[in-house]
Amino acid sequence: MERASVPAPTRYYFLGFPNESLNEKRKTRQQNQNFTVLTLKSVQAGYGKLMVLKGVSLHVRAGEVVTLIGGNGAGKSTTLRAISGLLPPFRGVVEFNGADLTRLPPERIVTLGLALVPEGRRVFATLSVTANLELGAFHRRDQKQARKDLEEIQERFPLLKERASQPAGTLSGGEQQILAICRALMSRPRLLMLDEPSMGLAPLMVSRVYDILRELKEEGTTLLLIEQNARAALKLADRGYVLETGRIILDGSAAELRDDPEVQRAYLGKGYREVWE
Amino acid sequence: MFLQQLLNGLTAGAVYALIALGYTMIYGILGLINFAQGEIYMFGAFVAVLLLGAGVNFFLAFIGGMGAAALLGVALERVAFRPLRGSHPLVPLISAIGASIFLQSLALLLFGPNDRPFPIQFTFSTITIAGLPLSSLQGAILLAALGFMALLVVFVRYTRYGKAIVACALDRDTARLMGVNVDRMVALTFLIGSALSGAAGIMMAIYYNATYPRMGLLPGLKAFSAAILGGVGSIPGAILGGLLLGVAESLGAAYFSSGYKDAIAFAILILVLLFRPQGILKGRGD
Repeated sequence: MERASVPAPTRYYFLGFPNESLNEKRKTRQQNQNFTVLTLKSVQAGYGKLMVLKGVSLHVRAGEVVTLIGGNGAGKSTTLRAISGLLPPFRGVVEFNGADLTRLPPERIVTLGLALVPEGRRVFATLSVTANLELGAFHRRDQKQARKDLEEIQERFPLLKERASQPAGTLSGGEQQILAICRALMSRPRLLMLDEPSMGLAPLMVSRVYDILRELKEEGTTLLLIEQNARAALKLADRGYVLETGRIILDGSAAELRDDPEVQRAYLGKGYREVWE
Repeated sequence: MFLQQLLNGLTAGAVYALIALGYTMIYGILGLINFAQGEIYMFGAFVAVLLLGAGVNFFLAFIGGMGAAALLGVALERVAFRPLRGSHPLVPLISAIGASIFLQSLALLLFGPNDRPFPIQFTFSTITIAGLPLSSLQGAILLAALGFMALLVVFVRYTRYGKAIVACALDRDTARLMGVNVDRMVALTFLIGSALSGAAGIMMAIYYNATYPRMGLLPGLKAFSAAILGGVGSIPGAILGGLLLGVAESLGAAYFSSGYKDAIAFAILILVLLFRPQGILKGRGD
């Protein structure tokens, strides 16, 4: 029911809404970039009595790639956990396509079209690669279409087909990351959130993962990306936020952030760069 | 003699394995040992006996007994375990022991302290294969138990909900991110595990021709040992552990002394805990 009332995302990909005129209206709205998919309004969240997020406000528009950068413990992962429902916020509002997520459990939130690729990949290690992908579509009503999507993904990433019946835990870290991203795509998200997709990967795999993200971006998938690897993230993103000790201290277009001296010093390691590059 | 004992052992072992599957599945998803598993086994047997006494046909009574056991398991999870989630691991353990005592007393009140014979007498023939007299009752129990196990393995491996249960056992938060409702999967696990225990109870009630309130105590503890032996949390482990334990018990009784029959299972439990506490096949969610 919610599904019908939610405005369309950017893509052909998710929907066959029967109402074409409505679709058109939505499309123009998105092209005007007025359409905000996700909004956080002064979200406070944390663990027990420890407040990690001290009022985070941000938004993501349809078709955008937004990145959230910051150091260790700044609250990046906590922000994603708060959005996905794993860590219900103390205070504040999380709005997704007009629906209030603040009190919803994660298993409901994913049905609204919000998928998270968790930190550290978290593939189901003893289950086969295919079973992992199938679980990504667990909540979907259209299981037939989900099976087609599975084939499509296997075609696009032959690796996942070659290793189809292999336990996911036997894949390399980078392969697991690709699997985790594809697993999230199996839910046909309107917004895909990624928590440190480059963490712990070999440089070659980092660029492979970012190639995939770039393809997704070109297809118009909306991404919210969290990274410690600010350089890679800002290269891909349209906009970014800088998070420090639970607060947004800076936001702007990716280019602005790349040129910001403070960001360069703290997150891009300028000055250091010439030495090793 | 040896083969006869082996068959005896496999029959008892298959029943232990069915109960052990309940232990192991519940441990896999919740990380707790449901010590009331033996009472669920007993309730399955009692409901089947009562239904048969009321003139219901055998297969319906069997399914009724399994269904009653399954519902009891789900109710138990709601009342005794779900409210305690997130507490210290000892707390649900105590709750399980409490539930076990409660159910035994309830059975004593409802059904009385006496043994009830199984209402139907099966006239099973003895088949002689290669000079060995084999009871076809044992054969039927063994086949039925193995059939249930095969069904369970197929369910867990190949169905959507089976995989979702494994996913919950492996990583609850990530399973929720996939849209899996963990509470529902826990209930489903209790439903299936308890139905299997109920089936085991009915089979043993037929085998020993006796149903009584404390009948679940010893098989429950032995199945617990079997689950530990195989590696608690592992489904193949529970099956293997159950069969091994049954065979060891039966051969031990034949070659040492039948007086030590029950001691053998627990001696194995102690040895496993001392030397290979993770069990033969360790791991969750296989």
